[in-house]
Amino acid sequence: MNSNIWVLMSADSVALATTLILAALGALFTERSGVLNLGIEGILLTSAITSFIAADSSGSIWLGLVVGSLLGAVLAGIHAVLAVTLRANQIVSGLALVIFGTGLANFLGKPYEGKNIETKILPLSFGPLTDIPVVGPVLFGQDPITYLTVALAVGASWYLFRTRPGLELRATGDDPATVDAQGLKVSSIRIRYTLAGGAMVGLGGSWLMLAESAAWHQAATTNGIGWIALALVVFASWRPIRLIAGAILFGFTLQLPFTLQAENITFIPQAFLQMVPYAVTLISLIALSRPGSSNALGAPRALGTPFVRDER
Amino acid sequence: MKKFWKLAATAAAASLLVTACGGGDSSSDTTAPADTTPAASLDVKAAVVYLGVPDDKGWTYQHEQGILAAEKELGIEIKRVENVLDNADSEKVFEQLAGEGYQVIFATSFGYGAPMAKVAVKNPTTCMQWATGAKFLLTKDGGGEFATFDDVPKNLGTYFGAAEEARYLSGIAAGKATKNGKLGYVAAFPIPEVIRGINAFTLGVRSVNPTATVKVSWTSTWFDPTKEKQAAEALLDSGVDVLAQHQDTTAPGVAAEAVGAKWVGYNSDVREAAPKAFLTAPTWNWGPYYAKTIKAVAEGTCPADEYYGSMADGMVTLADPSDLVDADAKTMISEKAAAIIDGSFAPFTGPINDQDGKEVIAAGEKADLGALLSMSYFVEGVEGSPKG
Repeated sequence: MNSNIWVLMSADSVALATTLILAALGALFTERSGVLNLGIEGILLTSAITSFIAADSSGSIWLGLVVGSLLGAVLAGIHAVLAVTLRANQIVSGLALVIFGTGLANFLGKPYEGKNIETKILPLSFGPLTDIPVVGPVLFGQDPITYLTVALAVGASWYLFRTRPGLELRATGDDPATVDAQGLKVSSIRIRYTLAGGAMVGLGGSWLMLAESAAWHQAATTNGIGWIALALVVFASWRPIRLIAGAILFGFTLQLPFTLQAENITFIPQAFLQMVPYAVTLISLIALSRPGSSNALGAPRALGTPFVRDER
Repeated sequence: MKKFWKLAATAAAASLLVTACGGGDSSSDTTAPADTTPAASLDVKAAVVYLGVPDDKGWTYQHEQGILAAEKELGIEIKRVENVLDNADSEKVFEQLAGEGYQVIFATSFGYGAPMAKVAVKNPTTCMQWATGAKFLLTKDGGGEFATFDDVPKNLGTYFGAAEEARYLSGIAAGKATKNGKLGYVAAFPIPEVIRGINAFTLGVRSVNPTATVKVSWTSTWFDPTKEKQAAEALLDSGVDVLAQHQDTTAPGVAAEAVGAKWVGYNSDVREAAPKAFLTAPTWNWGPYYAKTIKAVAEGTCPADEYYGSMADGMVTLADPSDLVDADAKTMISEKAAAIIDGSFAPFTGPINDQDGKEVIAAGEKADLGALLSMSYFVEGVEGSPKG
């Protein structure tokens, strides 16, 4: 057996994991504040096409990343207004965002069907380091945004568990009444982190389009990554560091069917292997939307519940 | 930057528009502008149903080219319905079109068959045409609802073509281009159409490179740039240096170009997607069929046979081989193409062995259409499972 292909597969898995980590990190920050945003898939798709349009018309992929991230925040803003300010049902609002985002992305993307950006975000090369067998391609063959993503996840962990604003964020998700009694504005905190989360998801969608995807092909461009990201947050028990490991694991299972075939290992039906990540996602989402089970998994206790001051 | 802000403004306006339209409904329909219609036009209402959008540079795009050509030739407007999933939902679309008085409806995906047949029974005066279909599949024996072949509605026809002819020729280009004799094939679903294409390609490859192998990777999707790219990259990682595909995006080509490998596309002439990798591509030319069928319907008949086009009648073509194909291979391709067109050569001519070395087509024997349309084995030289 060719051992090289498994090394290359690991590198590919890390690449796939980048969008997953960014999208899941966005969902994690949102959920930590007590807001459940199921609209991740819609945000990913819309930011993918807007980042593409911005990068294509301006010639700058970095501007594309900025525009895609901003758009993610804007779409998340819709959810924030509905879910926090107007206290609408968060599941309904999130699902509406998926439908809206998909429609908007298809509309904006119509003239760009099958097209791709001229200069993509390319992997960095660290010369001899990249050529180190086994670990070289995995650790030293990624692009700048992938490294930024890992740094972001590590930073997020420190922020959540080692800083005062992080403590306030966690408290808002667990016990908004106490935060309110402390004189902090629950709705303001929730809106802020929903927007920040949306921007991270937007960055993930932009990266997917500008670095990883072969071409813009409507909803097939993201193909359910947003849903997997939501499941990933459950998997990681709302902890950023576990998110990295989980994303690499999901990236690995998404790549596995193709690597097995390339190695002529065909005794497991492909359709089955390709189903596995989505089946896991489905189970996680069921757990996520049932309050009892999601609390047992370590979810913020007030997740999905609007905060009404008079009722505390 | 100016252009960018213009786009941003469009985006803002668009979001309002989409909201106003109810947001989620991504299906839309377009009709050709009326001013292109010449005075003497045919009096017939025709419609076509697409799985995706006409701009996909793949399967739907190529049908759209045929529809445009038919519109021009006949001087009519043809109704398009885009983004129609090929499941039971499509029944509503066919029902509606029949109700609106469309006399001929073309359905451009395999999955439209059963819903279309249901609507055909209820609307016996509407002429239904099912691309890539086979009436056998609508009978009980084929997993359908009709008791016998004769019970299949008489106003339902199928149309498809011998892509295997062009696939064989593209195999010659690929077999000559490979340096290590290891080729890869990114494939959608393990159904006879795809298996036949893989086999024809492999026979073409081995006609010039007898020991070469073609490794198959199934994606379980017709249209998914990410999965197609993943499959392509895994094949390239394992050492193949030429990729072919039975997929509707150009992702495998992009992946091949990134590592300096060569690529055989599909559906339409997609060389711009990966100019440094593109060798050639089996392509479709649906225009003459669409024009002919619509004309027949206007004259009051519904061609309800199973139409199987070929290189001879022009429905199947091969994109001009690029400069990456050497002169020697180009000559062989044009010689074989001429032999296919005049009927002196067919790709599936024995002796042909299957993957395990067992003879499936005896020496001198030609596979008939029935054998081609039900092919479920891989020929010698293919690596992978024909079961998916």
